[in-house]
Amino acid sequence: MAELTYRDAVARGIAQEMRRDPNLVFLGEDVAAAGGVFKTTVGLLEEFGPDRVRDTPISEQAILGAAAGAAMTGVPVIAEIMFSDFLAVCFDLVANEIAKLRYMTDGQVSVPIVIRTANGGGSRFGAQHSQSVENWCMMIPGLKVVAPSTATDVIGLLAASIRDPDPVVFFEHKSLMATKEDVPDGDIVDELGKARVVREGSDVTIVALALMVPRAVAAAERLGEQGISAEVIDARTLVPLDTGTILSSVERTGRLVTVEENPRLCGWGAEVASLVAHEVFWSLDAPIVRITTPHIPLPAADILEDETIPSVDRIVETVLGEWA
Amino acid sequence: MSISTDEGRYDYATRPVRAPRPEGDPGLDLRDETRLSLYTRLQELRQVEKRAYDLFMQNLVKGTSHLSLGMEAISAGFGEALRPDDYVFATYRGHAHTLSKGSSMDSVLAELLGRANGLMGGKGGSMHLSDADRGMMGSYAIIGAHLTLANGTAWSAQLRNSGQVTVCFFGDGTTNIGAFHEALNLAKVWNLPVVFVCENNLYMEYTPIDYITAVANPAADRASAYGLEPMIIDGNDVDVVYDTARKLLERARQGEGPSLVEAITYRSGGHSRADPAKYRPPAEVEAWKEYDPIIVYHQRLLDRGFSESTLTEISNRVADQVDRATAAAKAGAQPPLESIFTELWADGGSAWRS
Repeated sequence: MAELTYRDAVARGIAQEMRRDPNLVFLGEDVAAAGGVFKTTVGLLEEFGPDRVRDTPISEQAILGAAAGAAMTGVPVIAEIMFSDFLAVCFDLVANEIAKLRYMTDGQVSVPIVIRTANGGGSRFGAQHSQSVENWCMMIPGLKVVAPSTATDVIGLLAASIRDPDPVVFFEHKSLMATKEDVPDGDIVDELGKARVVREGSDVTIVALALMVPRAVAAAERLGEQGISAEVIDARTLVPLDTGTILSSVERTGRLVTVEENPRLCGWGAEVASLVAHEVFWSLDAPIVRITTPHIPLPAADILEDETIPSVDRIVETVLGEWA
Repeated sequence: MSISTDEGRYDYATRPVRAPRPEGDPGLDLRDETRLSLYTRLQELRQVEKRAYDLFMQNLVKGTSHLSLGMEAISAGFGEALRPDDYVFATYRGHAHTLSKGSSMDSVLAELLGRANGLMGGKGGSMHLSDADRGMMGSYAIIGAHLTLANGTAWSAQLRNSGQVTVCFFGDGTTNIGAFHEALNLAKVWNLPVVFVCENNLYMEYTPIDYITAVANPAADRASAYGLEPMIIDGNDVDVVYDTARKLLERARQGEGPSLVEAITYRSGGHSRADPAKYRPPAEVEAWKEYDPIIVYHQRLLDRGFSESTLTEISNRVADQVDRATAAAKAGAQPPLESIFTELWADGGSAWRS
């Protein structure tokens, strides 16, 4: 057991898997010599060499194309798209090629690729380097979607994503990079499609993802002081979605709140709300509440960005408001 | 040619004719069997495409179709030169390339008909023919992306030191999309074993390619920007295509990196099923009809001493094959409705919740 940052967990997870599988390769912009613009890939070039860890030009389509083509022949690939906003530059590859290759060919090929990308706000980067776009990928059949909130989960879910034979988009949150926790020694391998109950409670179920998880937990502590027992679930993977954990929690608490960093319309919480409304409707004691970033692009100034992304205060106030 | 503000700039059919420029028999040292194999391939691709057209007209094939009629020499020439384990990528106009890589006529025609015995069990259709076991890595219906995928299979071959080469076919219109440029740059930087083949049929769908391209030769004039040799060949001369393919494949196999070749050709018909191709000058269409790759090669083989009966025997044999394949395709069952939910994931299913 040793303390590790979320940032360093990325390199540890990749290295763990590259040691295990000599065929695994990794490519992206500034990932090799520079160790990544977020320093998440430091040391990989030195350990695994330039054949397996490759710097690319600023060519997001070429990056994902090379990754997917190699993957189609059975070579597992990790591809980094520096900021998740840049997925829009190569979305044809993401949405039309990688996601559909197996289905269109009726199973002739698999695409064992992990697209790692830095997601989310809080860095004052403005509208084109701050978005939470996990919902862009969640809506496309053929993509698995993962977004860890802790250093241990970064390693375990990255390993699970790499070992998964299907395409996975792996969202690393920029504002969690510096967070740290004690991480077990040795290999860590988790499982996709498993949410985690981070904090148990009996009055309300709060489902959150990535940066929203620690905020939901902090909000739950404060709600506890007000006599409201909140259960917090870290969804961890949006596809496959662990509906069992969410539905059974709501059956016990009778209330659902989602905390989403994505803008309002068609955020992942809408899908969770729809499932809960349909499948455990008679367990609900109150309307479902979605706490999201407003339906706007993100502003840059710190005071504006902080007001925009769901905060601990906003979660507490919203839940208390529903109780009134 | 630049677009002027003159009236009539969109009257494409009245523009100057771009006629073929035949150079005659290139006099290559090829074995008789090779020449007959090339002729057989031309006949196979032509007759299957004609059959596909007939099946469309009978409304047995739904959706759209993009035929390679008139352009068969390119896929035939490359098909003859490719190794069975080489990789091929094609566009939505990919029936010929799929057949050239060894897929059976039955499985291709059955896929067009949307039957269970089709290459992809009816899930792909005309624009997505794939046969991965034969190295046919797919037909792609959105311009550009498959050039980047071709880099990927080439990268894999390079990593595994397998000696496999990837050939990626695309049209002239593709040279104006970003992915083309990203793919060529990365292929060169990584010295990948990939051959990019631009089938320049002079029209980007319904628009003359030179009207909307900054340079006269859409692929070749871009080659130097990526450190590649500019190469333009007669795409209607199957000997020339075969010879080029042999050289470029060998070059890539020896680790000498990517290449880009522009093969000039012409569509006999429109862009797709819906297109009567009225935007082309009639004299141009006529000139290219006379320079049809099969007419050209048939005459060349006669000039080289092959008998008319040998060639007739080949075309008759292919006609029988196509008839039998059509019958087998038509006899195929409709795909089972359960297949809608299969093969999204590698586990064979499509579940999105755990």
